[in-house]
Amino acid sequence: MAATVTFEHVTKRYPGSAASRPGAVEDLSIEVPAGKVCVLVGPSGCGKTTSLKMVNRLIEPTSGRILIGGEDIASREVTDLRRSIGYVIQQVGLFPHQTIGENIATVPRLLGWDADRRRERVDALITLVGLDPAVHGDRFPAQLSGGERQRVGVARALAADPPVMLMDEPFGAVDPIVRERLQNEFLRLQADLAKTILFVTHDIDEAIKMGDLVAVMEVGGKLAQFGTPDEILANPASDFVARFVGADRGLKRLALTRVESLDLRPAVTARVGDDSGEARRRIVADPFEFLLLVDAANRPIGWIGQRQVPASGALTESMASAMSPLLDGKTTLKDALAMLIDAEVQVGIVVDGKGAVQGLVTADEITAYGRRDASASGAPGGAMASLR
Amino acid sequence: MIRWDVIQGNLPLIGTKFLEHLALTVVAVVGGLVISGIAVVLIRDRPRIVALVTGFFSIVYTIPSLALLAFLVPLTHLSFATAEIALVGYTLFILTRNLLAGLASVPRDALEAADGMGYGRTRRLWQVEVPLALPLIVAGIRIATVTTIGLVMVTALIGFGGLGQVMLRGYNFRNDTLVLVGFVLTVALGLLADLGLGWLGRAITPWSRARAG
Amino acid sequence: MEFFGQVVAWFLDPAHWTGSNGVPWRVGEHLVMSGLAVLIGVAIAIPAGLAIGHTGRGEQISTAVAGLGRAVPSYALLILFVPLFGLGFSSALPALILLAIPPILVNTVAGIRDVDADTVEAGRGMGMTEREVLVDVELPAALPAIALGLRTSAVQVVATATLVALVAGGGLGRYIVDGFALRQDDRLFAGALLVAVLAVGTDRAFSWAQSRLEHRAGRPARDAFGPPAVAGGMPT
Repeated sequence: MAATVTFEHVTKRYPGSAASRPGAVEDLSIEVPAGKVCVLVGPSGCGKTTSLKMVNRLIEPTSGRILIGGEDIASREVTDLRRSIGYVIQQVGLFPHQTIGENIATVPRLLGWDADRRRERVDALITLVGLDPAVHGDRFPAQLSGGERQRVGVARALAADPPVMLMDEPFGAVDPIVRERLQNEFLRLQADLAKTILFVTHDIDEAIKMGDLVAVMEVGGKLAQFGTPDEILANPASDFVARFVGADRGLKRLALTRVESLDLRPAVTARVGDDSGEARRRIVADPFEFLLLVDAANRPIGWIGQRQVPASGALTESMASAMSPLLDGKTTLKDALAMLIDAEVQVGIVVDGKGAVQGLVTADEITAYGRRDASASGAPGGAMASLR
Repeated sequence: MIRWDVIQGNLPLIGTKFLEHLALTVVAVVGGLVISGIAVVLIRDRPRIVALVTGFFSIVYTIPSLALLAFLVPLTHLSFATAEIALVGYTLFILTRNLLAGLASVPRDALEAADGMGYGRTRRLWQVEVPLALPLIVAGIRIATVTTIGLVMVTALIGFGGLGQVMLRGYNFRNDTLVLVGFVLTVALGLLADLGLGWLGRAITPWSRARAG
Repeated sequence: MEFFGQVVAWFLDPAHWTGSNGVPWRVGEHLVMSGLAVLIGVAIAIPAGLAIGHTGRGEQISTAVAGLGRAVPSYALLILFVPLFGLGFSSALPALILLAIPPILVNTVAGIRDVDADTVEAGRGMGMTEREVLVDVELPAALPAIALGLRTSAVQVVATATLVALVAGGGLGRYIVDGFALRQDDRLFAGALLVAVLAVGTDRAFSWAQSRLEHRAGRPARDAFGPPAVAGGMPT
């Protein structure tokens, strides 16, 4: 269950101040399709949190409309609206006097669910976020670690199965190792839940990692760019965006793309026992000067240099000298590049699940990809048009 | 309700009692400061004794003033000593707690710096710890003073009481003007002391926003 | 030590345990008077404190009440009220109520204001009504502070109720005031003992309740009425 969230020319000004006052928002129009994660990212004071809080009407816009599932939220009863939206904040805001179970049951209680249904839901959610109902359910927030509290915060927001979730720097208060783990768990959860999520962060790396879509905002509350992470990294719309995503945006882009989405270079292969004369003819004809020796199941054994292939006889395993890193289709280009830089031969062999050769990729091809712009990359997603 | 002729006629009495009120207060606060200061310097490094002493002072603090006076009268009779012992008794809890809290609020690195530069214990106390503890110490003096100004009135029962005497006389002779004069002067004195010591606290600790209040 | 024998003898005399000047009656008077004043004080101060704390409006009022509560001596207030309300209970009760209010009011306001802003926002963001935020989130978190205010208030009222005897009222102060007047040191000392036990007992009882609440809330209460670094209100 998810719903589209639409901002239509939403502006928030604070009385008696210039439009550039921190937290102001200027004519924001974006559409977040149902089931997608949209990350609002920008420096502090850029209005990203204001934009988020206008969705559950903790802040009312000065002008413009916000629609959820096509319905204007201004027409909804405010507590009713909020009960249908999950809300997670950096400081978590768990009620210190209530147990974890009671905290998670907050919205179901407000909605008047009976005790049995609440308990069932609470246990399911505690398990969902990787905790144990028997162990953690009756504890108080002060008895949990920061990471555990953050999970409880997410569970509490999910309690009534809301179609939309708002997350304000949800992983900002925990250390980097815990943050990374929570991010991964969250992405795994979202793959199943497919909620529409608005996610605020000031960390561009987190935005790129978590977002299907990223809205970069700049001080003054203006939308600087809206698109997929790949589009933003490949074609920053302005100097501001380019500076904000960082000089290493090419490298960041590589972290977004997986080896399987590249056009692989075919490998010249030969099996152990094949006729070496025939193999030699094939490799001499190829611009790449190494023959890849494989076993009967097409699994790589090693490279044989063009000139080391005998003119006649059969190929044997002992002829193979160097070997290359084996890459999986799911390996990100960034990881692949890291492996290749360390390797003897800077050509990666891409293999399938059974270990059979699918093709080759070179370090040069990967770095070239990082420099290419998004429209030429053929990366999935495509341009997500802003309403403006 | 207010009769100015009564005020005029009783001006000498009011003036004397006002000064008496002031004197009783100052003696009590200074006495309390000396006693609690010595006590704190002696016991501050022994937490169990600190707990014992502050526990005792807090019980004294909780005993209603009329009862405390009543405890003392069989021993020290209707004397200045009785009045002052009771008044000092109430200041001890406030002053020791604030002295201890003040000393505890001195940053550890300031102490280490002083030790590192070779300050002796006494010099360190007077030149580093006391100045840095001043905001809380002055806050304690301020509270103790305002409190004592109120409590002095009760000693009217044993023949002192400053402005409390003025009120009591007004009460006994059904003289509402004297009651009101006693009341207004006491409240004014309390507020003045509060403001004045608050100002003093800020003035002598320019390096800190005084947390008095 | 002969004197302490007299005090013990005073307590053992059955005549001091019956009638309207007996210990049970005087203790009863003292407690009813104090209890009534605190109850009325609670009925005024807690709703007012919750309203001020939750809305943030009228905080100057509670600051002013706190200042007056500290600066106006209870003795002065009692005597001031005699010309207005008459002798005994009728001027004692309003004075005691006025003394009961400031600690409760100020600590209730501070208790609500001190509730973690993020917790309150989380409650609101999840769709709690203002009333639900106040009752389910703010009030439970503010309970230790409210209990602390109640404790200060109760101790002050019990102590000040002793002074009511000065304006021809009853209660345990009677023994002390009469003891002074009649130069009966045994009665004086016995009365003082009873008053001291009652005041310290009140403080201990409320302190126990407060520490239970602090334990449940997982944090100690901060006293907004008493002096900094000193728990408890003003001695009376």
